[in-house]
Amino acid sequence: MLDIQKIRTDFPILNEKIRGKQLVYLDNGASTQKPQVVIDAESYYYEHQYANIHRGVHYLSQVGTDLYENVRKQVQQFVNAKHEHEIIFTKGTTNAINLVAYTFGRKFINEGDEILITEMEHHSNIVPWQMLCEEKKCILKYIPLQADGSINLEDAEKLITPKTKLVSVVYVSNALGTINPIKELIAIAHKNGAKILIDAAQAIQHFTIDVQALDCDFFVFSGHKIYGPTGTGILYGKDDILNQMPPYEGGGDMIKTVSFSGTTFNDLPFKFEAGTPNIAGCIALGTAIKYVQDLGIDNIRAYETELLNYATEKLSAIEGLKIYGTAKHKSSVISFLLDGIHPYDVGVILDNQGIAIRTGHHCAQPVMDHYGIPGTCRASFAFYNTKEEVDVLVEGILKAKKMLS
Amino acid sequence: MQTINSIQDEIIEDFSMYDDWNDKYEYLIEFGKSLGKLDEQYKTEENRIHGCQSRVWLHGEIKDDKLFFYADSDAIITKGIVGLLVRVLSGHTPNEIAESDLYFIEKIGLKDHLSPNRANGLVAMVKKMKTYGIAFQAK
Repeated sequence: MLDIQKIRTDFPILNEKIRGKQLVYLDNGASTQKPQVVIDAESYYYEHQYANIHRGVHYLSQVGTDLYENVRKQVQQFVNAKHEHEIIFTKGTTNAINLVAYTFGRKFINEGDEILITEMEHHSNIVPWQMLCEEKKCILKYIPLQADGSINLEDAEKLITPKTKLVSVVYVSNALGTINPIKELIAIAHKNGAKILIDAAQAIQHFTIDVQALDCDFFVFSGHKIYGPTGTGILYGKDDILNQMPPYEGGGDMIKTVSFSGTTFNDLPFKFEAGTPNIAGCIALGTAIKYVQDLGIDNIRAYETELLNYATEKLSAIEGLKIYGTAKHKSSVISFLLDGIHPYDVGVILDNQGIAIRTGHHCAQPVMDHYGIPGTCRASFAFYNTKEEVDVLVEGILKAKKMLS
Repeated sequence: MQTINSIQDEIIEDFSMYDDWNDKYEYLIEFGKSLGKLDEQYKTEENRIHGCQSRVWLHGEIKDDKLFFYADSDAIITKGIVGLLVRVLSGHTPNEIAESDLYFIEKIGLKDHLSPNRANGLVAMVKKMKTYGIAFQAK
């Protein structure tokens, strides 16, 4: 059991007044707030331990290197990767997917090959593949959405063929909350000789992850969605695949030797980490992961499911409100529309009451096209949200409905 | 015929009656609802104003040396906002429109109340109207 009132005191921003009202933050799908320990970890590093890492002989450089590399170990254990060097620090999920598209994609995907995604992907898991397809003349296909916002495994069976070189799917849809059957998708991909990437941007903060048990080839997530700093993220890749991939960016840290007659590249993980990284951010990401682990991912998941069920029941009772994304397996996200009212208008009226939700296409325009809507209002919940906040949201929606009808 | 500035002053006075932004939004919503629909033929890509989360269209045409604007949006608050701009600028000469100083936006606190995303949309609306003014000035 989580002590939510105590947890709330860990997040200073939750005390903020917005437009004179108490903040009700329900935009956790876009980004999560930071506990004080994460904020402190970053500033402590700058105040007491900062220097550039790797290769420095002086004390501070070694301290920083140890802190940074310890987070790599910590992430390895967090997702249960086999090797520490399979954990690559990135700027975030988008950066990690682009890295795979530019390196794995350019080397292993050729003309006529197929890449398979789903209709519910975030733009960051669509556009890099479209760019690759444009360059390499490969073909991007998608598993279609069903009415409830889930995908059908029979469609996946048909669409994943020996022509498929890579399947890249979202674990949890940011726009609908649908949890995809990734275990089954991984098995189907491997049966056909395809590699598979899991976009876990919306999953890492809700589920216990074991990349070895999943047997996925790539697994990516962002630090800022798991209560850590922006500009941090992780690419996990299986060691043998990462070793076969060419480097992404060239520069310092990713080389062994450089001369004008040629350069040799560094080993994993440094091969993919050119330049001075976001050291402070990565160290604070380690603190964020520890914070989440101390609360217990299973406790978090249980509480968020309770919130989701409560909110779904309350919102469903509002006349003229339609929920988009009603799959059986859902994460704590509710996308909705009020009949005849533009989501933007609802967002503005809620904002004026201190309620932060997201409106628009949620960087998943194909999902909106599927339903023939301009966008939705999306409330997404974290473990620091309460049922009382859900009640405030419901009152806010009723008020918006009254003003806008 | 009122000047651009006298219309702006009128709007500032209207808004000064409300302390609460809820009431200001009520005003914008009611104003948005009171505006007519833009003829479908003018809802073209060329007339779209980008930078807004909702779709916004602005059509301009010249009549007796004066520039008239017609606008619409699928979001009612946005329609109210673009409607205010139309109320201020429509029916004046291209020169007056191009040279206008739209101080009412700051005075009524509209820009402060909009997120940067939405403020960008507002900037795009003003820019498009002034561009019309400059274009017709040249003709």
